[in-house]
Amino acid sequence: MESVSRAELAICCRDLRKKYKSRSGEVDAVNGLDLDIRRGECFGLLGPNGAGKTTTIEIMEGLLGPTSGDVEVLGMRWGERDDDLRQRLGISLQETKFPEKLSVFETLVLFRSFYRNGKDPAEVMESVALTEKAKAWVGKLSGGQRQRLAVACALVGDPDLLFLDEPTTGLDPQSRRQLWDIIRSLGEQGRTILITTHYMDEAERLCDRVAIVDHGRLIALGSPSELIATLGGDHVVEFAVSDGNSLLPESLASLPAVREARTEAGGIALTVTEPHIAIPALLQTLQSRSLELIRLTTRHVSLEDVFVHLTGRHLRDDEISST
Amino acid sequence: MTRYHPLKELSLARLREFLREPEAVFWTYGFPLILAIGLGIAFRNRPVETIYVDVAQSDRSAQIMESLAHYTDLVVAAHTPDECRIRLRLGKSSLVVVPGDPCTYLYDPSRPESALARQRVDDVLQRAAGRRDPIRTAEELVTEPGARYIDFLVPGLLGMNLMGSGLWGVGFVIVDMRVRRLLKRFVATPMRRTDFLWSMIGGRMVFMLPELAVILGAGWLLFRVPIRGNLFSILLISLLGAISFSGLGLLVATRAERIETVSGLMNLIMLPMWLLSGIFFSPDRFPDMLQPLVQALPLTQLNYALRAVILEGAPLHSQGIRILILLAWGGVSFVCALRWFRWN
Repeated sequence: MESVSRAELAICCRDLRKKYKSRSGEVDAVNGLDLDIRRGECFGLLGPNGAGKTTTIEIMEGLLGPTSGDVEVLGMRWGERDDDLRQRLGISLQETKFPEKLSVFETLVLFRSFYRNGKDPAEVMESVALTEKAKAWVGKLSGGQRQRLAVACALVGDPDLLFLDEPTTGLDPQSRRQLWDIIRSLGEQGRTILITTHYMDEAERLCDRVAIVDHGRLIALGSPSELIATLGGDHVVEFAVSDGNSLLPESLASLPAVREARTEAGGIALTVTEPHIAIPALLQTLQSRSLELIRLTTRHVSLEDVFVHLTGRHLRDDEISST
Repeated sequence: MTRYHPLKELSLARLREFLREPEAVFWTYGFPLILAIGLGIAFRNRPVETIYVDVAQSDRSAQIMESLAHYTDLVVAAHTPDECRIRLRLGKSSLVVVPGDPCTYLYDPSRPESALARQRVDDVLQRAAGRRDPIRTAEELVTEPGARYIDFLVPGLLGMNLMGSGLWGVGFVIVDMRVRRLLKRFVATPMRRTDFLWSMIGGRMVFMLPELAVILGAGWLLFRVPIRGNLFSILLISLLGAISFSGLGLLVATRAERIETVSGLMNLIMLPMWLLSGIFFSPDRFPDMLQPLVQALPLTQLNYALRAVILEGAPLHSQGIRILILLAWGGVSFVCALRWFRWN
């Protein structure tokens, strides 16, 4: 990573640590994290649930104190001039339940009133496509609409730096896409955005750079395309055979154009550079061993594959087992 | 450009949320009204008590029955001696007259209506037998508003309501916001925390006004409960009561992270005051041993002050010490709450 002067950084944190006491002893939620987030970029913190994303973002937001380490936000430290700093931040927490009996517009005016300078609530409401719902009570909104309201509440103060903690978790695909469009347009206005997510497609579409975290540590950092390039291949071939147990992935790693082979749920995944070379070779191997192919798909490599490559686990599997 | 005032917007939000919650409105205004009406009817001053007297059947019972028959407040019936005893035991009659020499009265002296019946029946029988009273007497009947049970009750209900809505209206609402992570979301903005707390207390001061009007108004309209004191004094005492109990509400909400916790804490605080602070009967009836506790409770002092001003027309300055005790509770609670309050 090229070095960037401190003045160009929106957030700079060094050796950030946060320990929690739990019944089974101390847990390191954040374990020595160094991050530089540049002004004007959309930066993604990607990792499974429990990776320490929310703890990290809440320390940056000044809502949690770190156990140790140094955090600088917009050139300031928490505890110095907090009000000045808060005036410049927009925050959307994970799962805030806004007052059910206030209307969308009333909620936005309430949040607008906390900032010295900011945007017209009606304008912000328009930008997140909630104008139609201006008079609707928050309790009557759909999940996607509530999430857009949460983003709007983060925007009314016209922030330089926007924190979005899992903005699309639990939303249907259409609502997610709508929110992505909104977030992308915010990035185009030159704001710095820090977003946490456990959806790799979200990070790929929205973020200029991504930090992959696991167990409170940084395990990879770069633009989505840089990270994907580290796998050495652009494509993934996933297939399954009728008698899956007899085929070991190691035996396929030496096929032409195959960079990596691993077992997947119910099949095998190959990372390949050129599918048109790898797939015929694969089919030939299967035929020579009289194995019947029952499924074969190809797709582009995603950040999910990068995570699997680095940790041996899936982002979402972890989510299922931890909830 | 539009100016936005955070305190105004926070207070408006409180007001809107409250008014749009029918249940909150009912418990604050409707419930005390129903309680006042129900208790007012149950304990209204009854017409003159009817006395039920049984006469044990014998050859002389007819004469006694006849002597008693002229009096409208007496309901007389003749039964066999055994039946008479059973009816007395079951409370169907207050007194049994067994004719004879001597004429015997059977009754339980610990039952007030029986003691009364004995005096009344004896009086009637003695006069019928020819007794002359040496002193001439006359009666003037007086039933005056201000000394009835309903008069005692209405200021107590007002005090109880100021306590309940202060604790719930602040304590419950804040913990609910904490559970919903709204408190944390507010802290993530540059919102001034004092604005937030003032909006809570301000909200209580506003919601208190209709409470006062509903309870005192209903008392006056339905039962002619007198309001003898200065309205300003009544308003001021109620306001101070509302503020002090908001302070207690804030204190119970400082750290609770669950609705169940705060509900339990509030009941823990309110229960002794429901029992001891003289809502339904005078706190002076408790034994001396309990009095230091009874007198130290804020609701006791609020109820004393409200009754003194509303029923007796006492001037505000005469209630100084009571108001001071009340405010001490509120003040200490506020200071502790601000110190320990958990925002996120």
